Amino acid sequence: MADVPAAEKTAQSEQILQKTRDERMKRQTRGRKFLQHPEFGALAGVILVFIFFGVTAGDSGMFAPDGVLNWSTVSAQLILIACAAALLMIGGEFDLSVGSMIGFAGMMIAIPMVYFGWSALASTLFAFAGALAVGFLNGWIVVRTRLPSFIVTLASLYILRGLTIALSIVFSNRTIVSGVKEAAGDSIIPALFSGIAFRPLFVWFAEIGVFDKLADGTPAVQGVPAVILWALGLAFIAHVILTRTRVGNWIFAAGGDANAARNVGVPVTRVKIALFMFTAFCATVYATNQIFEFGSAASDRGLLKEFEAIIAAVIGGCLLTGGYGSIVGACFGALIFGVVQMGILFTGVPNDWFRVFLGAMLLTAVLFNNMIRRRVTGER
Amino acid sequence: MAAAEQTHQDRPLIEVKDVTKFFGPVVALTGVSMTVNAREVHCLLGDNGAGKSTLIKTLSGVYQPSEGEIRVEGAPARFTNPRDALDAGVATVFQDLAMIPLLSITRNFFMGREPAKRKGPFAFIDMKHADAVTREEMKKIGIDIRDPQQAVGTLSGGERQCVAIARAVYFGAKVLILDEPTSALGVAQTSMVLKYVRQVRARGLGVIFITHNVRHAYAVGDRFTILNRGKTMGTFAKSEISLDALQTMMAGDKELQDLAELEGTI
Ligand SMILES: Nc1ncnc2c1ncn2[C@@H]1O[C@H](COP(=O)(O)OP(=O)(O)OP(=O)(O)O)[C@@H](O)[C@H]1O
Ligand SMILES: [Mg+2]
Repeated sequence: MADVPAAEKTAQSEQILQKTRDERMKRQTRGRKFLQHPEFGALAGVILVFIFFGVTAGDSGMFAPDGVLNWSTVSAQLILIACAAALLMIGGEFDLSVGSMIGFAGMMIAIPMVYFGWSALASTLFAFAGALAVGFLNGWIVVRTRLPSFIVTLASLYILRGLTIALSIVFSNRTIVSGVKEAAGDSIIPALFSGIAFRPLFVWFAEIGVFDKLADGTPAVQGVPAVILWALGLAFIAHVILTRTRVGNWIFAAGGDANAARNVGVPVTRVKIALFMFTAFCATVYATNQIFEFGSAASDRGLLKEFEAIIAAVIGGCLLTGGYGSIVGACFGALIFGVVQMGILFTGVPNDWFRVFLGAMLLTAVLFNNMIRRRVTGER
Repeated sequence: MAAAEQTHQDRPLIEVKDVTKFFGPVVALTGVSMTVNAREVHCLLGDNGAGKSTLIKTLSGVYQPSEGEIRVEGAPARFTNPRDALDAGVATVFQDLAMIPLLSITRNFFMGREPAKRKGPFAFIDMKHADAVTREEMKKIGIDIRDPQQAVGTLSGGERQCVAIARAVYFGAKVLILDEPTSALGVAQTSMVLKYVRQVRARGLGVIFITHNVRHAYAVGDRFTILNRGKTMGTFAKSEISLDALQTMMAGDKELQDLAELEGTI
């Protein structure tokens, strides 16, 4: 060995290096790559859930047109806030104030409309502006103080919920403000947020016998609820931003390693604040849909929704530690959530089992995600 | 043009003049001066806590010097953040690697400088171009990546260092600062990184190479500056100092006696 010339030695070690490197690359088979997509687990979950309820609730009307409408509406509502939670989680933060924000935003619309005589447009714009301001504040405090967002937004959770109840009592002397629909008059806002789209198409569907007709001749499903369009629209935008734009890359970077990202010039502060604002925006879309749907704002609206959003994001493959996840996954997570919640009603199983299932699902998802992460980072 | 280039060559890329840095009561640097020229690997040596990382963080805009001056190509520079330094051509690969393991090689490579492709009012990342560039640049340094979309976490430590360096070079760095790039690496990986550092120097960049390991420093260094408790102990050209002398300087006399008692060799 000793008499091998130095040049040959380096050439040899070079070859060995090359070999080991190539071997490492070869492990990356196509199947494995598919497994590494963050939404893979959730997609598997969706398929399983559909098979399960297809078998157990197939004849209960769950998959009839109005049954489908039922669980897709529930899923869509959750998609609205799950997408925001997913983006935020990928960006390395949480927002526990989403549920309170829903209640607060609802009151920001209802009180000015019903008690101050504002137009639907003015009060809706006011609510969005107010929500964005709260989102900004959440984000600003988190990046400025470098406190965990968990704590900061836990504070917002209580402050916003408290304000919602206190202010609604101050202005209306009750915790439910009704008469929203009447106050809106013939404004376009209610239709925009809680209307039903494609009515003529669905009438035609009923004519040609795709759906049943009700006794009064209207189709069983009148059209697509606005909330579904909002959810799909927002999810699409969020997905494109995350995967195709610079901002998306910065979101991953901010959540993956904020310091490393700053060191290469990523505007981490701005990205995080914007994400908190987007979350507040989505919560307000949710709230607007609800108050025009029900015709009232209630100060307990959105209770525990923050957890549902986070659960959907985690089931969808987002890592709690940030820097990894997808919007498509979060949508699947929300779909699983909606299908199971409604499916359990259809099968007639006591509703309590929903929670048991949810907890089990969450645990499975987290374990699965952890495994995926280790695989992605090369088991290091 | 030729004349301008000439003066360019003569002028040091970076001059550090009497830089002092306090952290509240802690004095991390006291009057440190050094220069870095083009086509030179300038090694910064020193024990733990000597102030190496603090010095390069002031050079790269993470900290601002409490006193003293930094000049880049003759002009006084005051960086308020790493972005400023990058724009002035001072790129740093930090000790705590500026790589995000869960993200793809391409996304890491272009982090903060993603190539945009406009479509109407929208701008998207030109991922195809980014992938092609990443693959190309990695090939240049002898790392053949099949899939630029694979996570950086799947690369070895040495390969990751090389991605970080390649990124800095690609984006037009004039000065490359490497904070202990070989500290966590084995023999083969170290030689890979050192080889690449030489390659970078040959391209005309100035390199500041920080290490504990005098051997690694001596293998690539042209000049050596030794830092001890926030002070410079002097700068030496390779021709002026032997490996042993450098070792002695770095360890300090007292410590070396202790080592002699232990009959240790480092
Ligand atoms: N942010 C800070 N606040 C207070 N003191 C600091 C800070 N950063 C560094 N120091 C102190 O400054 C001194 C120099 O630290 P520095 O990290 O520059 O050392 P180093 O030479 O890079 O050491 P190592 O070889 O261990 O990386 C140390 O005494 C350290 O405790
Ligand atoms: Mg250091």
